[in-house]
Amino acid sequence: MATPHFLVHETDDSVGVVVVEDADKGRTLSGWVMATDGTIRVKSLDNIPLGHKVALKAIKSGDTIMKYGHDIGKAVADIPKGAHVHVHNVKTKRW
Amino acid sequence: MMAKAKKIMSGPKVPKHTENAEIIKPEPRIGKLRQRSKPVFSGYRRENGRVGVRNHVVILPLDDLSNSSSEAVANNVKGTLALPHPYGRLQFGEDLDLHFRTLIGTGSNPNVAAVIVIGIEPGWTQRIVDGIAKTGKPVAGFSIEQNGDFKVIEAASRQAKEFLHWATELQREPCSVDELWVSVKCGESDTTSGLASNPTVGNFIDKFDAWGATTCFGETSEITGAEQVCATRGATKAVGDKFMKTWQAYMDEVIEPYKTSDLSDSQPTKGNIEGGLTTIEEKAFGNLEKIGKKAKYLDVLEPAEAPAKGAGLYFMDTSSAAAECVTLQAAAGFVVHLFPTGQGNVIGNPIEPVIKLTANPRTVRTMNEHIDVDVSGILRREMNLDQAGDALIDMCIRTCNGRVTAAEALGHREFVLTKLYRSA
Repeated sequence: MATPHFLVHETDDSVGVVVVEDADKGRTLSGWVMATDGTIRVKSLDNIPLGHKVALKAIKSGDTIMKYGHDIGKAVADIPKGAHVHVHNVKTKRW
Repeated sequence: MMAKAKKIMSGPKVPKHTENAEIIKPEPRIGKLRQRSKPVFSGYRRENGRVGVRNHVVILPLDDLSNSSSEAVANNVKGTLALPHPYGRLQFGEDLDLHFRTLIGTGSNPNVAAVIVIGIEPGWTQRIVDGIAKTGKPVAGFSIEQNGDFKVIEAASRQAKEFLHWATELQREPCSVDELWVSVKCGESDTTSGLASNPTVGNFIDKFDAWGATTCFGETSEITGAEQVCATRGATKAVGDKFMKTWQAYMDEVIEPYKTSDLSDSQPTKGNIEGGLTTIEEKAFGNLEKIGKKAKYLDVLEPAEAPAKGAGLYFMDTSSAAAECVTLQAAAGFVVHLFPTGQGNVIGNPIEPVIKLTANPRTVRTMNEHIDVDVSGILRREMNLDQAGDALIDMCIRTCNGRVTAAEALGHREFVLTKLYRSA
């Protein structure tokens, strides 16, 4: 497979991590699911910086965000598939 | 306008620093993993049997007041190393115990050949000298009261020079990795840390654990969110329970009493957030990748406490601030450190070489002078974790053999003592 645009840790993760510097709005990104060595695609709705997360499915406000197959916090806004996922729409459940 | 410096070269070709990256490059992805044999390195075997990878003569101040004379001695005797720090006066109780443990541990570290201790008064100075002397290495103490800086500097300089002549004639000898103590801590992490550079360290830890090395991770606060998973990595339920007790104590005694609103501005840090990390939970699961998939920790150590349950992995109760954590690990006797970074932390330690790796291609490009191992190829699917782990092992062995790390070359000597509460 060609160089991936984003990486996903586990199959049930709701986000992937962008690993290129040009994941621009409107671009179809291909992702490497590391757990299964599979490939998925998602159309980017935002300019997503390297290292930042992209939503792999539609997420409702209040939903748990899954990464590493674990709970990493909750959505505080509705997040459409392909959107940038970060501190503006996700918060910790800890502090 | 600045003219570009003219470079005149002759002699054997010295590989460019960035060629380090090539060592770890493909090897095309292969299905079957090659089984590498247990590595050896050349180290300094100390009087107590421990093995060091550096050979420092340290000028160790007991307290803030003794920094000036310690630095003067190190200036007089080239090749010695002063370790100035801001504390050591009017501390008491557990905080004072930690101060002594950290200074004695630093002097006792096998990367240190000999030590000069300088303190304002003789009592506590003697305590540090006696603590270090248990290793059998040469150590001498000097106190300032009723002498003044000048007399102390002269006497300590003469002694330091003798120690230096002696230490520089010590020879390295073949050692096995089961004699090596390796600590790990990440910093300025981002999502590439959890994806690649931390799992690379994890791959290293699993291999070193199987070879019988002694290893250590810490960062109590940064395991928040993954603490239940971390507890399951204890070698026994009792050890896992001890970890949970340590983690909960940190929450109850530090976070709860001192927090104002929440910790979102501190954990994750601004740098973490810039790098794409959103919550402490996300950071914690990435952090935990550093201990690999198989290794189980044998014990939960107090800050700067030396492991005592034999070879294997240990958790140490530390701050997640890079220099505080590495200083405590060095004081516990660890001789080489692995430091994965995302956005580009530049930390070093005066006595424990810090090897930096990153998977962030932008950090490789923009902060090349700080990076010893480039594992960004993982993100491009050009290398797998096993290859990256082997590349880190190669760099670790080269560092143990004497290769100067990026942090050492750049003079990063962050020596930061952990203080538990205000002095009396």
